[in-house]
Amino acid sequence: MKMLWIIALKELKDGMRNRWIAASIILLATLAIALSLLGSAPTGSLKASPMDITVISLTSLSVYLIPLIALILSFDALVGEFERGTMMLLLTYPVSRWQVIMGKFLGHLLILFIAIFVGYGGAIVLLTLFSGGSAEGWQAYAMMMFTSLLLGAVFIALGYLISVLVKERATAAGSAIGLWLAFVVLYDLLLFGLLLLDKEQLISQQLFSGLMMLSPTDSYRILNLSMFEGVSQASGIAGIAVESGINSTVLFGLILLWIIAPLSATLFVFLRREL
Amino acid sequence: MVESISNNVIDLQNVTKQYVKETVLHNVSFNVRPGECVVLVGHNGAGKTSLMKLMLGLTRPTSGRVNVLGDNPANRDAVGRRKALGYLPESVSFYEAMSGREVLEFYASLKGVKKSECDHLLELVNLHKAANRRVGTYSKGMRQRLGLAQAILGNPQLLFLDEPTTGLDPLLRQHFYALIDDLHQAGATSIISSHALSEVEARANRFIIMKSGKLIASGTLDDLYQQANLPVRFKIAVTPGEAVNVAERLGSQVDIQNVNNETINLQCILPEKMPLIRHITSMGEVVQDIQIMQPRLDEVYRHFMHGDAL
Repeated sequence: MKMLWIIALKELKDGMRNRWIAASIILLATLAIALSLLGSAPTGSLKASPMDITVISLTSLSVYLIPLIALILSFDALVGEFERGTMMLLLTYPVSRWQVIMGKFLGHLLILFIAIFVGYGGAIVLLTLFSGGSAEGWQAYAMMMFTSLLLGAVFIALGYLISVLVKERATAAGSAIGLWLAFVVLYDLLLFGLLLLDKEQLISQQLFSGLMMLSPTDSYRILNLSMFEGVSQASGIAGIAVESGINSTVLFGLILLWIIAPLSATLFVFLRREL
Repeated sequence: MVESISNNVIDLQNVTKQYVKETVLHNVSFNVRPGECVVLVGHNGAGKTSLMKLMLGLTRPTSGRVNVLGDNPANRDAVGRRKALGYLPESVSFYEAMSGREVLEFYASLKGVKKSECDHLLELVNLHKAANRRVGTYSKGMRQRLGLAQAILGNPQLLFLDEPTTGLDPLLRQHFYALIDDLHQAGATSIISSHALSEVEARANRFIIMKSGKLIASGTLDDLYQQANLPVRFKIAVTPGEAVNVAERLGSQVDIQNVNNETINLQCILPEKMPLIRHITSMGEVVQDIQIMQPRLDEVYRHFMHGDAL
């Protein structure tokens, strides 16, 4: 456990030194504040609370941003050290290979936690000072922050898998961008395309929501937009999740699987790798 | 035999290492006893670094057995034993964004070495003034010194040094060898790969000569002289005008290279050396001085590299 912390703290320090944490906090906080200020405009007519509106707009935004931040943190984590030769030296120290991976994961998760907690958390504290908040609104917001961290964890793990598989940093960067596009844009486009083509309505609602849940970004979206009544009503997604029998435990399970599977694959490859 | 295995710090038996495209080590066997300083010599790509990686447990042999500090270094449970190892890779690189001190403290914490030792080490390698600068701003020599500092963190029992003195100025080289000597005094064993033959000649207990992945010779310098069967050269100074006379009295076993008025250059094979010296000294006052030139490591090395020893 001590080794994990040593590696994790090194990554955390790196994050602070190269100002990644600061940049992410500013990015997330600015967007959170901007979106909630914009979001507070239509609340009067819709009778939705400003906090719920903020959760909805931030969820849509986080789906793009959090994976991007997570991938930028992680794509270089292994291939960069292979290329520079620092990994070889590190592995002659009394630290095992799984500890290197898990230590880095812990460190990157900490960076993401700080960015989300300070960025999103700071923004909402600031907002509720002006417009007040509700208990349910806070819950939904806290859930949004927590699931954002989970979504980040998914893409950190996926980034590691890329990082351990490719030979060069440039390839890793390219693959990370590809992965981001695939999960954040292309998969959804593909699904909607399928729906459009499906004139005979062969795709049932169950099948469709099942297909949606396969993507961690959609799982994240559904979780945040359907779990709390205020939010789900305002987002208009209320009935969908309930009707198609999606429950939050399954969604959490799927997201966890998206973390565990790439991490395990990374470990599997790394433990057998010759340096 | 069993006893000798358990006493060895390093034991390699018939080690072959194959990658997809090439075989980098062919059937290499040797062992290293506690406290020895063994030098690996060979051209670039001869397999020195591959050997080190195997001994460090970074790679596994395709066939054969590697045993370091009593067990296979690539085993999972070898992790704890790495506390006793120090490694300086060839062209060492570090985390560029960290300062020299941070880098050393990071490695110290992994080895369970107190941070206070880092200051001492930084001073030892003359980096204390640059300790708070980013490693990214360090020169080649400074990186090498930082590499050395991390290698000797926690006074390791077994040191692997891959081209340790490249990039160091002559003064630092001496300083470096003094450090290694200190560790040897304390009982450490070291494996050094080097191209600087003249530097390591006097310091190593044993040499291992590698060529294209094969171990072609190993032993002490004397063993290697004998294996190489290189001649010992003599330069004899005699009373002016007596050179031809003396040369005639030397006998037929010696190979006289040239004779002038007062000096004779000659050479003989190693077993003839002592009889020849006795013979020369018995000639009395006419012989004024003898210089004996043993073959140097670089000659031995050249012999094995080009020679018919294969």
